[in-house]
Amino acid sequence: MNIIRTKQMMKWGIFYLVLFVVSFSLSVPFLWMVVTAFKQTEEVFDTSKLLPTKWMWDNFSEVWRQVNFGTYLFNSLFVATTVTILQVLTSSMAAFAFSRLRWRGRNIVFLLYLTTLMVPYQLIMVPNFIIMRKLHLVNTYWALILPGAFTAYGTFMLRQFMLTIPRDIDDAAAIDGCGYFGTWWRIIMPLSKPALSTLTILVSLSNWQSFTWPLIVTYSDRLRTLPVGLSYFQSSYSMDYSLLMAGSTMMIIPLIIVFILCQRYVVEGIQLGGFKV
Amino acid sequence: MRTHSIGQHLKRGEFGAAILFLLPNIIGFLGFTLFPIIFALGLSLFKWNLLTPMEFVRFVNFKELMHDPLFWKYLYNTIFLMLGIPISIAGSLLLAMLLGWRGLRGVIFFRTLFYLPTITSGIALFILWRWIYNPDFGLMNRVLSLFGIQGPNWLIDIHWAKPALIIMGLWVSVGGVNMLLYLAGLKNIPLEMYEAAAIDGASHWQQFRYVTWPLLSPTTFFIVIMSIIGGLQGGFETAFILTGGGPAGATKTLGYYIYEKGFVDFQMGYAAGISCILFLIIFILTLIQWRIGQRTVYYQ
Repeated sequence: MNIIRTKQMMKWGIFYLVLFVVSFSLSVPFLWMVVTAFKQTEEVFDTSKLLPTKWMWDNFSEVWRQVNFGTYLFNSLFVATTVTILQVLTSSMAAFAFSRLRWRGRNIVFLLYLTTLMVPYQLIMVPNFIIMRKLHLVNTYWALILPGAFTAYGTFMLRQFMLTIPRDIDDAAAIDGCGYFGTWWRIIMPLSKPALSTLTILVSLSNWQSFTWPLIVTYSDRLRTLPVGLSYFQSSYSMDYSLLMAGSTMMIIPLIIVFILCQRYVVEGIQLGGFKV
Repeated sequence: MRTHSIGQHLKRGEFGAAILFLLPNIIGFLGFTLFPIIFALGLSLFKWNLLTPMEFVRFVNFKELMHDPLFWKYLYNTIFLMLGIPISIAGSLLLAMLLGWRGLRGVIFFRTLFYLPTITSGIALFILWRWIYNPDFGLMNRVLSLFGIQGPNWLIDIHWAKPALIIMGLWVSVGGVNMLLYLAGLKNIPLEMYEAAAIDGASHWQQFRYVTWPLLSPTTFFIVIMSIIGGLQGGFETAFILTGGGPAGATKTLGYYIYEKGFVDFQMGYAAGISCILFLIIFILTLIQWRIGQRTVYYQ
């Protein structure tokens, strides 16, 4: 008995060791970034010292003072939340149409969606800017929200996921007298929680980090998002790295919160179903 | 109150319902995605520097492109940099399987740590990796010297710049999006399948090959397509911020070239032309994958 137990413990031991090694190597940049945020500017590139000699908590409040951090934070939050909600809702409805309804031209239209994903984004920015100009929406929240809320990515991903849900469920719902909307809202959506959570994480992440488009489409400080606002650290203060890292650290915290909140649903499903190789 | 049930509609096809479900998404899609793309692609038939009026030149841009040595060089770079993709996807699958192991404690902790590289993108990331690749005191060469290997001058050496970027790309992507998608996909595999396989005497490897892998194929399909699309388009921020285009253009990709031609040289038509070709490559590859997918992807 004891030999088997020891063997098992050894297996788990190695297992956790691998996990720790991987997590450590993957989290090094984040750790480095946070540590640098506490350093004095001169120390940033001094590689003989890993940790700061003096922990500059002031760096963080300094960031709030030197740039309009509060405004940028609000803008990023507002835009990211709106885009995420729009994307998730409209994409899941469209994905429902592509995966569980049968209609003529379904595959062609879907291929069209896919096709738009293949165009380099640098190119779409110019026409989108011109459109915003014509609609008099430059330098407004609309300009920040609209283009990002309707890409084909969410629809593609959710369609793939919805295809893995067995058809019998739809039929059972139909027998119980459930209409399309009911099926979508009360059955398919809850079943798609893992994919929906993943999509939420992805959309909010990419929107939060988005730099080039907000840069092009807004010019007043009150509309700037975090990435653009933080980049001004480069011009005004000739790359004050420690402040830049402090700002970046603060910028990432909401993302981590969203991630921890949403991954609960991904975990939930895994714990219920379990998984054994 | 009973509204129409699905059964009544089956005979008429479900076009009406489809339109209602599609509408919110497709309006925005047409306006902000499809139409701009058509405009931009049409742009390739013109010469335009944003200031003077557009000049219709038919296919001159494309003829120039074919003879442009830089175009072919950057195409090669782009494809080379994509070599890490299969490794990254395999790594994500492995990590997802590790994290999905029954009885694992602290899943949230590990999963968050795995995801950190994805969140820490942007400027902070590039500064970090510039430090890692520093030939004298960077992390990479220090670790290598522990094994007695003299590390190369990573980002400055023409032969090592691209591999350096591949390694960095691997590290950034392996615990990210793809891993999350595989986690969701793994969750969807019913336990009974594994039990049935085990009863039939399947080994761990056989269970993976005949249960896990096929049932994950829709997820894999999505991941592969998106990775290839992304890989062909990408490399812009990296080249722009980290390497400045690399030693003698060794790290410039087609994505970067589009930016350079459009927003630096102000040759919008030419940039649009590059995009067209890039788009064509992506389109053909995706079509091929789609066909392969129709035969090999298994849906429950």
